[in-house]
Amino acid sequence: MGVLLSAGLSLGKDLLGLEYLSAEQIRLILDTAEPFKEVSERPIKKTPALRGKTIVNLFFEASTRTRISFEFAEKRLSADTVNVASTGSSVSKGETLVDTARNLEAMRIDMVVIRHPSSGSADFLAQRIRSNVVNAGDGTHEHPTQGLLDLLTLRDRFGKVEGLKVAICGDVLHSRVARSSIWGLRKLGAEVGVCGPFSLMPRDIGELGVREFTRIEDAIAWADALNVLRLQLERMTSGFIPSLREYNRVFGITSERLARAGKDIVVMHPGPMNRGVEIDSDVADGPFSVILPQVTNGVAVRMAVLYLLAGGMPDWQQQGGVE
Amino acid sequence: MTRPILIRGGRVIDPSRKGDGVADVYLQEGRVAAVGTNITGEDGARVIDAAGKVVAPGLIDLHVHLREPGQEDLETVATGAMAAAAGGFTAVCAMPNTDPVLDNQGAIGFVISQAQKAGKARVYPIGTISLGQKGEKLAEMGELVGAGAVAVSDDGKPVMSSHLMRTALEYAKTFGIPVADHCEDMGLAHGGAMHEGIVATRLGLKGIPAAAEEIMVARDIILAELTGGHVHLCHMSTRGSVSLIRRAKEMGLRVTAEATPHHFTLTHAACEGYNTNAKMNPPLREDLDREAIRQGLKDGTIDVIATDHAPHHYDAKEREFDDAPNGILGLETAFGLAVTELVEPGVLSLPELLFRMSTHPARIFNLPGGTLAVGAPADVVVLDPAARWSVDPSTFYSKSRNTPFGGRMLTGRCDLTIVRGRVVYDRAGG
Repeated sequence: MGVLLSAGLSLGKDLLGLEYLSAEQIRLILDTAEPFKEVSERPIKKTPALRGKTIVNLFFEASTRTRISFEFAEKRLSADTVNVASTGSSVSKGETLVDTARNLEAMRIDMVVIRHPSSGSADFLAQRIRSNVVNAGDGTHEHPTQGLLDLLTLRDRFGKVEGLKVAICGDVLHSRVARSSIWGLRKLGAEVGVCGPFSLMPRDIGELGVREFTRIEDAIAWADALNVLRLQLERMTSGFIPSLREYNRVFGITSERLARAGKDIVVMHPGPMNRGVEIDSDVADGPFSVILPQVTNGVAVRMAVLYLLAGGMPDWQQQGGVE
Repeated sequence: MTRPILIRGGRVIDPSRKGDGVADVYLQEGRVAAVGTNITGEDGARVIDAAGKVVAPGLIDLHVHLREPGQEDLETVATGAMAAAAGGFTAVCAMPNTDPVLDNQGAIGFVISQAQKAGKARVYPIGTISLGQKGEKLAEMGELVGAGAVAVSDDGKPVMSSHLMRTALEYAKTFGIPVADHCEDMGLAHGGAMHEGIVATRLGLKGIPAAAEEIMVARDIILAELTGGHVHLCHMSTRGSVSLIRRAKEMGLRVTAEATPHHFTLTHAACEGYNTNAKMNPPLREDLDREAIRQGLKDGTIDVIATDHAPHHYDAKEREFDDAPNGILGLETAFGLAVTELVEPGVLSLPELLFRMSTHPARIFNLPGGTLAVGAPADVVVLDPAARWSVDPSTFYSKSRNTPFGGRMLTGRCDLTIVRGRVVYDRAGG
């Protein structure tokens, strides 16, 4: 990683999405994450890399896993952190995102980690403040650190990502995880398939260079790894699928389906899981599952992102934002 | 009495009489008094040298939002009428989705009186189809027309009930006015923020499929056939709509259609980077749609160019894409965009363009103007179709600044606008 850094490679000011990163930048993050894995295994889980930096975690949407993972990453890097949730803050009093941003800026913070229900909100914020912005999930656009931790997990298992066949299963239409996953995997040279009912597939998804499957059995037979997306319960009430029961019967990842494929396969899930809907419990808890290693890697990847952005910070003026 | 005006030596294009040649135009007592060569007006007439310029009947925009009453911080009838004049428009039709809406004769009379006080471009109010624009009960169209409404529309709120649309077409036919419809199946559009396609897929924004427009275009055409009423289809955006209208016209139905400068100029790619100034309804579509709109304007399937001028406060657009309001300004960039995007590439000749921006709009909404025939109202523009200029929103006469065209180089602009024989805009400041 020292070599890459000395070659002048950086992430720029923000991490908004994997679409905007090159393969080299993605590899830089994954390589940087490797030594950070070890920090979390120490009895004293702390490194002084971001001492004196202030980070605001701005969560406009409920999140447990991602928020805690970022917070651990920040604390293990010795940053000072503040958590802002949309309820009980000025946001719930009708303050606009741009005003929230300007107020944070006025407090001279270094970084903002933002989770927001509107696609493009992280881009919006990044264009308006000098601080580094990390997208922790914006609407149905991207969730880049999730995409990165999936890549790190695959690399741990297979040694490399290039040439792998990965099937993204489920509600691709509403999934920011799917978009980040597609960009990250494609850039690192993996083949990507998507599988689900057409009512949950975005228009023209094939143009992103992915293969489309309508039968989950075909996707499993083709893939080296599955990334199983969470199926939100409201998709049924809003009419995208007839019932969760049928979804599980037609598209659910079950141990029978995996056994029929007769091969080793890696099963990922970004969480939180709906056991018995998109994934059966015996798969989630079974030998092919890497769901908990994903969570562990999440902290390391987020440490790497924060560390690299902090190092790249003096560049913000030359870069003039991302777009 | 207004001072007579002699416009000398310009290329006079009058699409109403297929006239195109160098001539003088003499305006007296609010009317066109003479068009010919070597006209010498009365002593004291104001003489305007139009050598190298185009003299034409004033442009007419059938679709603008002037925000008054209710949202005077965005636009007023006066500022909108001034923006219109600066864009070469001598008349605009104001949509009724104000607050309160223009669903009664008092409200129509208010807009007309504000326009008279302003004394810039003419403003013709459009009344609502339904009371309160609620899509339930017909507004009192007879009284709306009596007060000065030139058409009815629930623009912005599509008429979802086919029964209401049918009775509206029948009832409006009684008074000889068109029913202008914003074609959008609300169930199918379902909270979408931009065109449904690859850009929306990448940006993670909810899409509005082309079919949401086309379903309602098809319905309106079928109801036009049923009723014999005149349906005017607002801001057409898809290739499917163009082909449906083409067939309706072949059947001889009373269907007219408009397209906006942004739909013949931009595509959904303009939304990249979550540019809220590219958010409008109907949304910007694909290359093939833009091409079909241009082709429709060429072959007459699309009758007129209308701007859908939609002022918004700058901070309303300064927010998340999902939450930003729809629409952009149109009046002060329409002619430049039309010359740059349609005339320069050879889609339309300048006389054909003026037909679609002046003569034909007047005809299909049965408005005065659109002609330089002797005795016609002295609503005249002097245009410089060769002027190269860069769009600078800070110089707009509109109260708002929401345009995706800031900084764009355009060819063609308006030099002088005359309404009722009086100069209401002179770029040189005279």
